[in-house]
Amino acid sequence: MTERHRVTLTVNGTEHVLEVEPRRTLVDVLRHDLGYTGTHVGCEQGVCGSCTVLLDGEPVRSCLLFGVQADAADVRTVEGLGDQEHLSLLQEIFSSSHALQCGFCTPGFLMLATAFLRDHPSPSDEEIREAMASNLCRCTGYQNILRAVRRAADAVADPAAEP
Amino acid sequence: MADAAARASVRNGPRWSGTPVRRVEDPRLLTGASRFVDDVAPAGLLHAAFARSPFAAARIGSVDAVAARRVPGVVEVWDAADLELPGLRPVLELEDFVVTEMPLLARDVVRFAGEPVAMVLAGSRYAAEDGAEAVEVEYAPGDGVSSIDEATADGAPLVHASARGNLLLDAAMADDAGLDAALDAAAVVVDATFSSGRLTAAPIETRACVAEWDPRERRLIVHISHQIPHLVRTTIADLLGLPEHRVRVITPDVGGGFGLKCVVGREEILVSAAAARLRRPVKWIEDRLENLTASFHGHEQRHTVRVGFDADGTLLGLDADIACDVGAYSCYPFTCGVEPLMAATELPGPYRLTRYRARARAVATDKPPIAPYRGVSRPQITFVMERVMDMAARRLDLDPVEVRMRNLIGPGEFPYRSASGLLYDEGSYRESLERCAAEFDHDTWRERQADARVEGRLIGQGFSCFSERTAYGTPAFASRKMAVTPGFESAHLRMDASGGVTVAVGTLSHGQGHETTFAQIAADELGLRPDDVRVVQGDTDSTPYGWGTFASRSIAIGGGAVKRAGEMLAERLARIGAHLLEVAPDDVELADGSISVRGAPGRSVPIAEAARVAHHAAHRLPAGAEPGLEVRSTFDPPGTFSNATHGVEVEVDPATGAVEIRRYVVVEDCGSVINPMIVEGQVHGGVAQGIAAALYERLAYDDQAQPLSGTFADFLVPTAAEIPRIEIHHLETPSTHSATGAKGMGEGGMIGAPAAIANAVSDALAHLGVEIDEIPITPERLLGAIREHRAIATVGDAT
Repeated sequence: MTERHRVTLTVNGTEHVLEVEPRRTLVDVLRHDLGYTGTHVGCEQGVCGSCTVLLDGEPVRSCLLFGVQADAADVRTVEGLGDQEHLSLLQEIFSSSHALQCGFCTPGFLMLATAFLRDHPSPSDEEIREAMASNLCRCTGYQNILRAVRRAADAVADPAAEP
Repeated sequence: MADAAARASVRNGPRWSGTPVRRVEDPRLLTGASRFVDDVAPAGLLHAAFARSPFAAARIGSVDAVAARRVPGVVEVWDAADLELPGLRPVLELEDFVVTEMPLLARDVVRFAGEPVAMVLAGSRYAAEDGAEAVEVEYAPGDGVSSIDEATADGAPLVHASARGNLLLDAAMADDAGLDAALDAAAVVVDATFSSGRLTAAPIETRACVAEWDPRERRLIVHISHQIPHLVRTTIADLLGLPEHRVRVITPDVGGGFGLKCVVGREEILVSAAAARLRRPVKWIEDRLENLTASFHGHEQRHTVRVGFDADGTLLGLDADIACDVGAYSCYPFTCGVEPLMAATELPGPYRLTRYRARARAVATDKPPIAPYRGVSRPQITFVMERVMDMAARRLDLDPVEVRMRNLIGPGEFPYRSASGLLYDEGSYRESLERCAAEFDHDTWRERQADARVEGRLIGQGFSCFSERTAYGTPAFASRKMAVTPGFESAHLRMDASGGVTVAVGTLSHGQGHETTFAQIAADELGLRPDDVRVVQGDTDSTPYGWGTFASRSIAIGGGAVKRAGEMLAERLARIGAHLLEVAPDDVELADGSISVRGAPGRSVPIAEAARVAHHAAHRLPAGAEPGLEVRSTFDPPGTFSNATHGVEVEVDPATGAVEIRRYVVVEDCGSVINPMIVEGQVHGGVAQGIAAALYERLAYDDQAQPLSGTFADFLVPTAAEIPRIEIHHLETPSTHSATGAKGMGEGGMIGAPAAIANAVSDALAHLGVEIDEIPITPERLLGAIREHRAIATVGDAT
């Protein structure tokens, strides 16, 4: 249980090499070994999606993966989207749409929506609702999260439109 | 108030209050630059995990930590005998209240499954959990008391030997002498029992705590995800025997609370004790299993009522027997009285009622204790009263909207004194119902419903009207006889030498955006922009004593304290500015960052210059003026009542028992709105939790009080797929009980939803005679009700 394995993973473009116990979850590796604390843990049961990161581009529950499973993978976390002075379009629209309250689930939704919008550049409202139903939010009733993703999709489709 | 009005007149210009200012909190939360408790990681950190009882009721024989101590990485294992610390002992100074002490670790007895028996400290969370699993505890299990019925049955096992009949509180209220005669004379008496399921707040960030010993100042620093940091500091100091100034409590970003984090838990005290004892930092992050089965719950109530109406639908009298399943202990500091007393006091809600009697009991069971959870009894009392209104209307063959209109407190009746003694400030009860009914085109509803039934579709419409008592000040809690009496709020405003303002408050935003709304209020008073104001909260070192954020208190009470302090600072600035401009203080006003002579905007001095003078050239201040620019104010109002009507249209699938929400409308009135964007967000979130309570969420227990809902796959927090679009309409009746005109509104969404949905589902099934009397309305329960009533109808047809 305590033997360690060497893992190499790239997070937001930076390569990290570290030794981890085989049972250590990817989210613990990201948060506590590498300091990417923007990814949050809400249930460790694979339901809430707060820990969603992109693993080789695909949204995954990082609480359900072991760190060793991410060996040689490319990981993207919320820290890779934009910083406070340069918010990404999606982050900007989340704020202007009031799509977050306590903000704890927000990084998971941002990563989920980032991958979704990449794969569905012109989503229907129903597609947005279905995709965002992957994660739990306890504050917003999802109203403004759905509105923000809609507006982000529209803004990408028509950059001239007011986001 | 005349003084306040005079002071306010020094400010002029555009107001930020009432506008959707974007939240200053957002950028850090959107980028991972936020700091939640689990992000705090001091060097040398130990992790705590707990060995918890698998039995709901048992005597503890022995606790053997030998194997646990051998687990690699484990540093310490403590059970109750190792601690020698007092437990949490909340008190109501009422004759019928039974004091229960919640020990930090169970000693001799466990009273619910999940109760902590031993604490394990280790170098990693993984090792701590290994250690907790290795603790060997000898239990002699008994019969777990799992429900109100079991607890109150003759000969029931006692959860506490001191609580006869398992009653921790048995309170009588407003026993009106004419009630029985009024019910006897009533045209209709609705005689019914309503039940609501056990819930928990389930914030996405669970409870969390990191405590560390600061050797430099020889004091304890506690980082905690909590709603009332000052209360945590006092409680830790009391229980650990530390002088309070040797404890600092920091609440960084908090990932939701909804009431769960306004009580002090035993685990956080234990972590603090461990850090103080070992002089090492200690972290505990509650896992979801612990959160669902071993934290605090709420809302499990049963109301048996008799409610009389005359033939035209006028409410004549109400007799209520309220029982709340409060679990095994009282929560600190609110006690287990929080639900029964609130329910009995506020049951009449928005309706004119003179003849009232209530009995309210807190019933102990072998389940986790209750704590305030969003709405606190108001979702239940609204469910009861609004179902009763519909049931009475049906029996009197009257329209349910008409029956409500006949009884709602109307214009001209404010301030209204309720049968339980509450004083209602102005509201828009009738107007909100009229508006909501109009949104649904209620007048033509019966024809549309009949048409749908012809097509085989079961659609229903339901309304709920309610009052939402908010901004409970000290008198409100004092009347409840809480030994620890919350209520007031404080604000400390400091303008620095460059004209920037720091507002320090005792409230604690955990999603409500106070860093934005308080800045709006302060900016309005000072003629500045919100960007010029920084709001500080959540650090007992840098904020005035206050009661945090719960019970929809912050914008009305905390915002009131900020406004008053803003007025004081504005007056100081006006005097300095007038002196520099060589005019009388009454002749200047503050606007757009300047102090100007009224009517002569060209004659002005920047506020920043007045601030510089106050700090760097105090000799230029007017005679008698104090150097520096700091003010402090408190606010402690009697309380205000927000109000709203929720309307919902549903379709019931009789084959599956599923309920689809076709339309959801809220018409709400929370007085003067500071930030409409944030108000709407609060309504959205509340309605979602109310829909959850109505249709999805329930913490199930078996008959031995074993928890059956340990994951989010069992306790069904709704997703975006379940929550419909929520339409919101605003009315605005400013409160005369609050400094800003604002009323609290954090809970209304949750209060109105279960009742409206239960009414709509009952309406959809009215032809079968189904009357919903239990939430959540799960498909299983609804199918059962449909089958039962169809069977009755079939038998009826046959005879």
